[in-house]
Amino acid sequence: MSSQLMQGKRGLIMGLANDKSIAWGIAKALADAGAELAFSYQGEALLKRVGPLAEQLGSDTVLPCDVSDMDSVDALFAELEKKWGKMDFIVHAIGFSDKNELRGRYVDTTRENFLMTMDISVYSFTAVVQRAAKMMTDGGSCLTLTYYGAERVMPHYNVMGVAKAGLEASVRYLAEDLGKDRIRVNAISAGPIKTLAASGIGDFRYILKWNEYNSPLRKNVSIDEVGGSALYLLSDLSTGVTGETHHVDAGYHVVGMKAVDAPDMNKE
Amino acid sequence: MSDVADRVRKIVVEHLGVEEEKVTENASFIDDLGADSLDTVELVMAFEEEFGIEIPDDAAETIQSFGDAVKFISEAQ
Repeated sequence: MSSQLMQGKRGLIMGLANDKSIAWGIAKALADAGAELAFSYQGEALLKRVGPLAEQLGSDTVLPCDVSDMDSVDALFAELEKKWGKMDFIVHAIGFSDKNELRGRYVDTTRENFLMTMDISVYSFTAVVQRAAKMMTDGGSCLTLTYYGAERVMPHYNVMGVAKAGLEASVRYLAEDLGKDRIRVNAISAGPIKTLAASGIGDFRYILKWNEYNSPLRKNVSIDEVGGSALYLLSDLSTGVTGETHHVDAGYHVVGMKAVDAPDMNKE
Repeated sequence: MSDVADRVRKIVVEHLGVEEEKVTENASFIDDLGADSLDTVELVMAFEEEFGIEIPDDAAETIQSFGDAVKFISEAQ
């Protein structure tokens, strides 16, 4: 795709699940541009999937991490410190909520699930950036993934929308804190993509169709398109950019109403 | 019906890396074919893609065996 933009750069990818993952689109683009990658996974079921994918990209650094456990996060970065000493980038593609609350009404959200969703989907990014920044001694770039449901109400997104709003705000505060050390912090707001995580969201097929009919580019985005934009944000092409939420959504976020040429849609 | 069964069997064989003969009518993905909980979600996603249908969560939970999948997809088409 693009020459050797990431030659000599090392970084961690968190949240890869399978070859449909947005993190996979990003990892491929980075490896293709010459980056050296490490991956973190949570649990045996994911190790089984992440191991072979990492190998495909020439990485043998696949480490366990449960982002709700700070000892586990510390252990991950201690391992990376031992292996690499310094690092240049981090990709955070992690979020979680009880899928029973990703349907129905936001107003019915329980305190338990609210706190867990915030912990795993918002605080985990701050926790990993806090540790990664200590290893970014020559500057660096941190990237997380968000969704338009943070800015506007989307069907079924509920507590995850509230969490993504918190995540986008934390991107701005982290950008300010770390800018003096030439560490940049950005988010990509990707359009809907059929991933393992999205399988927990109700009416997803309808949501995909709606975006395809109504986005300016009249399509859905692919994991490779997100990968291309991530490469820009993680490489030195974007050294003037921080604190940004960059939309990779076929332009959907600029639209104010249904496209006149879009067919009427019934729920299947 | 048999066309659906063949296409479902092909997906199961490829995804779980099992021998075709093991994918029998009553073969349970988890108990007989070694699937884990993520495999069952991935299989449902693969069925949705192959057949252009939506399998809602509550229906997905009832698809435990090869026979269940063929029956559901045949009726959904």
